[in-house]
Amino acid sequence: MELVCPAGNLPMLKAAVDNGANAVYLGFRDDTNARHFAGLNFNDKQIQQGIQYAHDRGVKVFVAINTYAQPNGWERWTAAVDRAAGLGVDAIILADMGILDYATQRHPNINLHLSVQGSATNPAAIGFMQRHFNIKRVVVPRVLSLTQVANLIKETTVPVEIFGFGSLCVMVEGRCLLSSYASGQSPNTYGACSPAAHVEWRDTPEGQETRLGGILIERRSHSEAAGYPTLCKGRYQVDGELRHAIEEPTSLNTLDILPDIMAAGVSAIKIEGRQRSTRYVSQIAKVWREAIDSCQRNPQAFRPKESWHQILAQVSEGAQTTIGPYERTWH
Amino acid sequence: MTSLSNSTHRPRLSLGPILYLWSREQVMDFYAEMIESPVDVIYLGETICSKRRQLRPEDYWELAERVVAAGKEAVISTLALIESDGELKTLKRICADERFSIEANDLGALDFLEGRPFIAGHSINLYNHRTLAFLAERGLKRWVLPVELGRENATDLLRLRPTGVECELFAFGRLPLAYSARCFTAYNRDLGKDDCQFCCGDYPDGLTISTQDGLQFLTLNGIQTQSANTHNLLPALDEVSELGVDLLRISPQSAHTADVVRVFADTLSGQLDTAEGMAKLRDWAPSGLCDGYWTGDAGHLTGLAIPSSR
Repeated sequence: MELVCPAGNLPMLKAAVDNGANAVYLGFRDDTNARHFAGLNFNDKQIQQGIQYAHDRGVKVFVAINTYAQPNGWERWTAAVDRAAGLGVDAIILADMGILDYATQRHPNINLHLSVQGSATNPAAIGFMQRHFNIKRVVVPRVLSLTQVANLIKETTVPVEIFGFGSLCVMVEGRCLLSSYASGQSPNTYGACSPAAHVEWRDTPEGQETRLGGILIERRSHSEAAGYPTLCKGRYQVDGELRHAIEEPTSLNTLDILPDIMAAGVSAIKIEGRQRSTRYVSQIAKVWREAIDSCQRNPQAFRPKESWHQILAQVSEGAQTTIGPYERTWH
Repeated sequence: MTSLSNSTHRPRLSLGPILYLWSREQVMDFYAEMIESPVDVIYLGETICSKRRQLRPEDYWELAERVVAAGKEAVISTLALIESDGELKTLKRICADERFSIEANDLGALDFLEGRPFIAGHSINLYNHRTLAFLAERGLKRWVLPVELGRENATDLLRLRPTGVECELFAFGRLPLAYSARCFTAYNRDLGKDDCQFCCGDYPDGLTISTQDGLQFLTLNGIQTQSANTHNLLPALDEVSELGVDLLRISPQSAHTADVVRVFADTLSGQLDTAEGMAKLRDWAPSGLCDGYWTGDAGHLTGLAIPSSR
């Protein structure tokens, strides 16, 4: 099982490689990828250096071009595909059927992965994408229980990658417009959820307020910690009660079910967080490398070490972690 | 003003699938009324949750026959998120029936519908001309613009669309914004999805949630999240007619859907002034109106000017 780690910049890429990643994924510095944040991502020279560094150490490099192209700006996406192909990356991670069609026609020999943003959650969807675009891997959205993941793997010949750790999208990736409803920009159209330019933090007598596009998505007491301002993790009034109506400010951690993930036949496990730090990726990669190796040696005896959990807890967003949708009770 | 009622192109009206859990009786009464209304196309089927079985595919087919008998087009809509084997089997069974057009709402449906004429719903991510051309080669005859896209994208795609492919806009209703594995209605009743007790049936227009400063913001409908505001393109009828949009979709709500249809029909035909129509629609939108997506803004905003007369 491959460990796929995030690289928001060159130092992160090196840290991921040095600490045990089998592959790293990254994006260009524009809205062609779903982590379109200021100061993040790679120019061509940095990618070349990154590829050299990774390939010298037997680590693969994937480029995510996983937002949805519109007619106005279309060439930015096709140019990104051409650049990635020209750089000799190991795979391009795509979501948009039009871009997949372009890449298949123009670069028939390059490996294509279907991004989580491509929203394929069943064998028929994956089969359609395989038939037309010859995808070599599918990253499945965080909606399936582990039992469903295992069944899916039996029903498809496309290797399956799942998210194992990091921020938890509550909605099917690629099919969530909450961010654009509040701010005008979404992961699909802009490459970011809750873009920073639309987020406002305010200290008020009632508490610390977070607004997205002017809409109050959270108000917390001064002692509570503020997380990434996603509107699906704020508190709202529901039938007269204030509660986390969609999800708690929690993040995903599947370390406890690693043997089951392996037994299900998952081909690769992905760590979320290109927007996080070099320290984050160093520590996560190290823990997950150790965990995967230990589990592969003896899955029956596998028990996550307390020290691993401590390290992961230190770098998790929010105080809580969850197994999320992989566990049926989450649904 | 020069009324578009005499111009060559006027969009037809469609009725989207019922997104909420209504009783069988309410559904039957609703369609009896809608068959008499001036909609041209009626989409039928459960698109949100496979546990809702108050109507089976057979029931929708029967309704579809009645729709066709009334001189309208019937389309069978399919589930928006396919996860389980059972859901996939039902989808396959629905797609195997060739009497009516079928709207694909999950990529999986494309696998079954490829090679025959089909419709792509708004939850199929069709954002550009190449996707449009790719799907048209596989049988696409109509697509519903993803709801977060607006006039700029619609203008470009209508210009670049393959011959014969129709464009439909989500023109009135609470916006379908997101889908999840979690049932949010059950979650907020402290129930799991497997033990939901069909509590979404208690909210015939969804469960609206408000921000801490009292703004009605979102509407929870099982695994779907919708806007609280009702998206409304009535002020843009001239513009969408000129662009060549083929269909305008009205999304069912528990009250006044037939009235909404009449407002759209009468405004399109020039019998009703837009301002008068807007006054009525405002009364029928439980949390207010919005149109921001059409103008390229945040979806919850309202930016369209109301034509002085029409």
